[in-house]
Amino acid sequence: MISQLKLIDITKSSMAEKRVGDLSRFEYSYKAEIMSVYRLTEKETLYRIQIIDPEERRRFSFTPGQFVMLELPGIDEAPFSISSSPSIRGEIELCIRRVGNLTNFLARVKRGTIVGIRGPFGKGFPMEEMHGQNILLVAGGLGLAPLRSPIFYVIENRSRFEEVNIVYGTKSPDQLLFTYQYEMWQKDDINLNIIVEKPDKKWKGPVGLITDSLREILSGRDKEFYQNTYAIVCGPPVMFKFVCNMLNEFHIPMQKMFVSLERRMHCGMGKCCRCNVGSTYTCLKGPVFDYWTVMNLKEAI
Amino acid sequence: MIFRVFEKEELKKLVELLIAHNRVVGPVEAGKDSSGIPIYAFGEIFEFKDLRLNYTTTKLSAKKYFLPFKEELATFRMDTMNWQKEINYNVKSPLILFGLHPCDINALNKLDKVLIHSDYPMPYYLAKRKNTFIVGVNCEPQPSCFCRSMGTDTAMHGFDLFITDLGNRYFAEIHTDTAYNFLKHIKTTEPCEDDHVRYMKIVSERNKKFVTYVDTTDLMKILDMEFQSEVWKHWGDRCLACGTCSSVCPTCYCYGVEESVDIDLKRARKLKMLYSCNLIDFAEVAGGHNFRPERSTRLKYRYYHKHRGFVEAFEESLCVGCGRCGEACLAEIRVPDVINSVRSNGVRV
Repeated sequence: MISQLKLIDITKSSMAEKRVGDLSRFEYSYKAEIMSVYRLTEKETLYRIQIIDPEERRRFSFTPGQFVMLELPGIDEAPFSISSSPSIRGEIELCIRRVGNLTNFLARVKRGTIVGIRGPFGKGFPMEEMHGQNILLVAGGLGLAPLRSPIFYVIENRSRFEEVNIVYGTKSPDQLLFTYQYEMWQKDDINLNIIVEKPDKKWKGPVGLITDSLREILSGRDKEFYQNTYAIVCGPPVMFKFVCNMLNEFHIPMQKMFVSLERRMHCGMGKCCRCNVGSTYTCLKGPVFDYWTVMNLKEAI
Repeated sequence: MIFRVFEKEELKKLVELLIAHNRVVGPVEAGKDSSGIPIYAFGEIFEFKDLRLNYTTTKLSAKKYFLPFKEELATFRMDTMNWQKEINYNVKSPLILFGLHPCDINALNKLDKVLIHSDYPMPYYLAKRKNTFIVGVNCEPQPSCFCRSMGTDTAMHGFDLFITDLGNRYFAEIHTDTAYNFLKHIKTTEPCEDDHVRYMKIVSERNKKFVTYVDTTDLMKILDMEFQSEVWKHWGDRCLACGTCSSVCPTCYCYGVEESVDIDLKRARKLKMLYSCNLIDFAEVAGGHNFRPERSTRLKYRYYHKHRGFVEAFEESLCVGCGRCGEACLAEIRVPDVINSVRSNGVRV
């Protein structure tokens, strides 16, 4: 007769009701190499990161708006939205601001550093749903980083979209990101509207708040334009309210307004609760939400 | 469901046999408080006499055996430019948990929903859950218990064996073949009609002993309506934001991850530590923006997660009404008082 319990190994498929693949995915990191380190501004750097294993590289794909967890063993792990084109497999670009422990360490690493990547996580922007429509991309400050991925998508599928506007605002001109790509975007018939709050001596563009630019673009259009426009918004928390209120004022449909929320995930898989808004996991249900959902979430923006 | 009954002295035989071959944890007396009342805790059982099956409640739940306060998610072997990640689910041996009350069993069932039966099942928790044999035991309702209001005063599943003291003998509910095989070691009999009558009498007497109730009717809706209510400010002003409620809670599972490098730089560790949504930096993001800087919004969030969000996701609340948080809280913030104040839109002192 048995009086001793046997140790059950859940990695043996018959022992767990869950598939082993699902279980091992929990803490699995892709090993990836930092292929290039490109300094964008004094604080932000663009990292091109490639998954090392060729088979894993082939399998890794994402949709614009999704994020990954980037890990430097022994230093920290943190969530970052992907800033690159979704058509490239197994390789991502992350635009990272030097602001904390991990990012300060990253600011010092060299090409060839091996990092861990988990993901991609979360729900992205429904790009296919937007086909045939006008696109309005509104970014404040570092908010351009997650918007660069849908911008790539729009450029690569330019014929499928009508009028495309980018509204981008920063505090000062030296904080502008991806300046080297503006010409390319414009050549693809994308209207780029850049506004800064505090101009320097060289600045010749508009000065003011992002909502000033936005009002200019949206004013005096016909009803059809508003009804057939998708808006994608990302920026600091204070910006969301003003931008979304204005989009609402112009009757952009709520289900066509998308925001990408920033939260500090520790797991990315709906377990740690650190990214909860009200009681919704930003990592599972977001980080991209339509405005109707945001209105139903307490304390989202 | 299979039921058996056995004489009181048979229990000692069963426990001693299990102790001899397994790691057994159960309620033990950890000390006495200033008025001489015993303080109970879950601890390792080495002798039958250490086991206090008639315990009131423990200060800490049995959560630590499934969700340790600190746990290594991974270790890394470091080379100059490269590293190897090693993952261990941290289960060295099976465990017998002898003497869980229904609330604590239900707490595990609730954790199962979010940690196992959801996207991205958590292998660290699953491995421990699979390797734990649980013996439930009936309890004596305490003044702080409000499990009856939360629907968690009886355990329907999530255990191997459940024993109820009938006074003269034990009534056993057998849920797994492992439990069935264990019981073969002692003398058990088929329950007779008299045992059934005794069992039902004990259950109905126990039900009369609950003194704390919470009205949870429409609570989800009421919490949404009262999101801006002044009562949250009242409780927030009292809250010390110490996180004690979360650490004693059998269902709080939130955590944070930290990494560290060994002093010889040859190994690094990824550590998961249970956290509390009442702590100031819980919702802080890079750059210092804090989505919940006030104590009141953090305390409110805790209630929203437990009594609204979890209900929305799993159709039940993430609270088992064990009353531990209220008993442990230095500011004497108790769940029934908070919920009642939200319902009646005011705080009665």
